Order: sequence, then structure tokens, then C-alpha cells
Amino acid sequence: MKLHGAEVDDTFAEAFSMVGSRVIITAASPGWAMESARTMTGFATSVIGCKCEAGIERELDPSETPDGRHGVSVLLFAFDLEGLGKRLVERVGQCVLTCPTTACFNGLESEETVDVGGQLRFFGDGYQASKLLDGVRYWRVPVMEGEFLVQERFGTGEAVAGGNIIMLAPDEVTVLRSAEAAVAAMRAVEGMILPFPGGIARSGSKPGSRYAALMASTNDGMCPTLRAQVDKTHVPEGVGSVMEIVIDGLGEGPVRRAMLVGLKAAARAGATHITAGNYGGELGQYHIGLHELLTQDAETRA
Amino acid sequence: MTLTLTLRETPSVPLEAEELRPERLLGRPAAEIERLAVWHGNAEMQVGDFFTVAGSGDGEVRVEGDLRRVKYVGSGMSGGRLTVAGDVGMHAGAGMTGGELVIEGDAGDWAGAAMRGGRLIVRGSAGRQLGGAMPGERAGTRGGEIVVHGDAGAEAGAGLRRGLIAVAGRLGEAAGLRMLAGTIVALGEVGPRAGASMRRGSIVAMTRPALLPTFAYACTYRPPFLALYLRRLRTLGLAVSDRQLEARYARWSGDGLELRRGEILILEDAA
Repeated sequence: MKLHGAEVDDTFAEAFSMVGSRVIITAASPGWAMESARTMTGFATSVIGCKCEAGIERELDPSETPDGRHGVSVLLFAFDLEGLGKRLVERVGQCVLTCPTTACFNGLESEETVDVGGQLRFFGDGYQASKLLDGVRYWRVPVMEGEFLVQERFGTGEAVAGGNIIMLAPDEVTVLRSAEAAVAAMRAVEGMILPFPGGIARSGSKPGSRYAALMASTNDGMCPTLRAQVDKTHVPEGVGSVMEIVIDGLGEGPVRRAMLVGLKAAARAGATHITAGNYGGELGQYHIGLHELLTQDAETRA
Repeated sequence: MTLTLTLRETPSVPLEAEELRPERLLGRPAAEIERLAVWHGNAEMQVGDFFTVAGSGDGEVRVEGDLRRVKYVGSGMSGGRLTVAGDVGMHAGAGMTGGELVIEGDAGDWAGAAMRGGRLIVRGSAGRQLGGAMPGERAGTRGGEIVVHGDAGAEAGAGLRRGLIAVAGRLGEAAGLRMLAGTIVALGEVGPRAGASMRRGSIVAMTRPALLPTFAYACTYRPPFLALYLRRLRTLGLAVSDRQLEARYARWSGDGLELRRGEILILEDAA
């Protein structure tokens, strides 16, 4: 199937069930809110290597935050509730509590919650105090700068991780331009994040390795430099570089929407081929077909 | 449609009307409501002896007439909305656990005393012991929100353990007496001896009160939680200024005769 000159493979992205949360970080300035969010979402590209995946969802206007200050919303995903709670406590504790002027709030209403502020309060060494407003408990933790305010419990929800599109082009300049265009378009979709650096992964992986200690290794079938070495290559002739965009979302809807806008933007920006990563459909609970996305899209049909 | 109970004439002695709460009134025919018990002095009588019942509410009850001698209106209510079209006597909303009680005039003493939840709005002023503790009890209000658009009498929030009390006008003497936790916000003048014997909790003052010598100055800063509270009060109809939202507050810790873990936060440069 052709889209703006790019060949779109008849394949699907294989995505997985995870649990996710939304963290609202506010601060005295947009810069400090973003600084904290960037720190909190660092080293969170892959749940396999980092125990969680996290990213910045979007910046928030003061009218959208609980305390009326500038904010940033962060999404964080993990395999299960226990892991999610631990990662939130670690990352809010190390990256938000420590950051000048920040406060931290739950951004996902849900009956299923994990305790975050209730754990971080102990940093107050007995001087912490709680406030209960409109049924929501907050903890005030005294710090040298003043006071850190953190909501006690954070909502969690079913999430979908590992949605993806893979762009191919004759050279790395073109494929990067294509991927950047896709990322820029996808950032407008709410409820999802792109956990890799700048939203782009240059090193897609396959499960397993010839080395027993490794759970994953380079996706040799998609490495242009290995076209002539591997038993089976998926790199078409003329392709010199491949990049991937991975998408995690609070539900399948945001992932599908992001994949669709990413596909279209990548095709317009020069990718010669677009495909998606999967494991033969045997591992992930969600199969998101590229042709299915495009045929259901009114704009593409027109 | 609103269920309306109209007091025909002011009772000669106080009328105790604990049955006047939404969950006891809504969904019942008028004749049944008229048979509900009230105490007129030491005599047990019926609602119908004093009130005319009209309409049938589907979530809202309105009580009209001169209710200054009618006590316990809305006390213990757990849901729905009850509006008093004017002044009301003592113990209005005392012990309520949910719902919203709106008093369009003044409330007598002990309004919202020992509340557990819900919201009490007083458009006029409130008497003594607003949200206070019942005699013999250590803890007063344990939850919910009390908003007074006028003044509040002495010992508002006495024994407060949890919840929010906000007063737009003058807050009487010894506000937050022996309070255990919770928050009192005074947008107007604050009477003497605020926070006497408080153990924990917050009293927020937009004017400079005469502090007890057992409170110690800590620093002047922007308490992050206060933005949430003041924004909440704005949504509840109180006039919170941008300056109050953005300003710094002087933190005084006390009461030193107790744990010194309470605080009085005073708007910087307050008059």
C-alpha cells in the first residue's frame, strides 16, 4: 500500500498490556516544571532495562493544574501495580521532591490507586503534615527550600505499551527527518508518550540473544549494514537507515491515534518504506495493523 | 420540584427539629412528613403542628419562615440539599456527614458542630462554636467544609480534627481553640487568642492577629497547599484575591504549650 510515495507494509505492531499513571508536576516556572519532568522521565526508555517506561505527555497551562501554576504531565508505565508504585515512589522522590519549587499531583482518576505521597512523607522525619481537601489527602513535607506538596495516592489504569512504527529510507538524514516529523505530529495526541530519546529509537531490538545473559539484542533483520550477512533480512534494497518510534498509551485508543498520525507524517517527510515491529503475534495482546489504521482513516481514504 | 416546609409562626419556646433533613423528608408523602416528631420545649409534637408542607422534592428541601427558634435543622444529614430561607437556630448541620446545607441568613451557635462530612454554607453570620466540639468531647469537626460569608462567633473550630472552616468576615475570639488538625481560613479580622492550645492544624489569617506569646515565628514563604485551599474557596463563592493566592505568608508555630506543631499563617504585609 502506497502512502505519499512510501510503501506501507501489510503488517502490524504488537503491543502489550501494562499499567500506567499520570503525574502532574507543577513549579514556580514552566522551566522548573519541565526540568523536574525531564529528570523523572530519564532512563525510562524500556521496561526491560529500566523497570518502567516514562515520558512527558504535554505541558500544562496554569488553568489546568491543581495549584494554578505551570505544569507538565508525565506518563509512567510498568508491568504491574506493585512495580508501578515502586517506580513512582523512586522517581517522584528523587526527581520531583528534590527539584526546586515543585509540587506533585495525581493526574489520573481511578479507583485503583498506589500510595506515593504516603511513602514519601517519611522524608519529613516526623515533621510532615497532611491535609485532606475535598476527599483528597496531600502530604506537606518540609524541605530546605520550603515545603514539598505531594498527593498521597495516584490513580492507575490499564495501559498499552509497545505500539510502534518503523521508518526506512535511503540514508540516515532522510529517515531522521521522517521520524522527527512523525514525532512532532504524534506529540499532539493526548494520553500517550514516546519513551525513547526525542521519541525515536535507532536500535530496535529482537527478543533473546546468542549471549545467554541478554534478554534482547539488536534487530539484525532490520540492520541495513547486515543485509548481506544475516540469513533473512527485512531491509529492502536501497535502504540505508531504519528508525523506530515506540508508543505507550493510557489505552489502545491513544496508541492507535498516534500511530496513524505518525504514519502519515513520516510518509510525507520522505520515508520510502514504513513497517511495524511484532513477534509474530504470539506475545502481545494488541495487534494494530498499519493497513487497518489507514483504511479506517477518512482522510487517507479521501 | 422542591419540597418546601414553611413555619407558620415563631414557636414560643425552642423547637427541636432533628427530623428536618433530606433523607427523612424526601420521597415521603406530605401527610407522613407532617407526622414526623419534633420537640416543642418538653412536649413531643409533630412537624405538621408547626409547618405547612408543600411540593415533593427529588433531592432538594427548602425550609422557610422565622426559624431562629428552630434547632437542629439539617443536623446529622447525610445527603441531598437542604436550604433554609433565612435565619436558623442552634445546632444547624451539627454532626452532618454528607450533603449540602445552605443557610441563606444567620446561623445560631454550634452550627456544623462535630461535622463528619458534607458542606455547610452560611450566607449570613454564624454564632459561637461554629464547627466546634460537643460539650465533653475532645474533638470537634472531623470532616467536611464550612463556609461562612459573614462573621463567626467565639471558638470557631474548637477541637477541629479534620476539615475546612472558612469565614469571610470577622472570626471571633479563640478560633481554633484546642484544635487537633484541619484548616481554618479567615479572610477578615481575627479575634484574640486564635489557636490557643492548638496541637496541629492550620489557621490562615489575611489580617494580622494579636498572637499569643506561645507562638514562635518560623519564616515567611509560600505554603504550596494554600493555593489548593484558596482556589477551592473561590469555587465555593468566597472572594479570594489574586494577591492572597500568590503572596507569601509568615508561619508562626504553636501552641508552644502543646506540641507546637500547629501553625498560624499570616498574609505578608497584612494590615
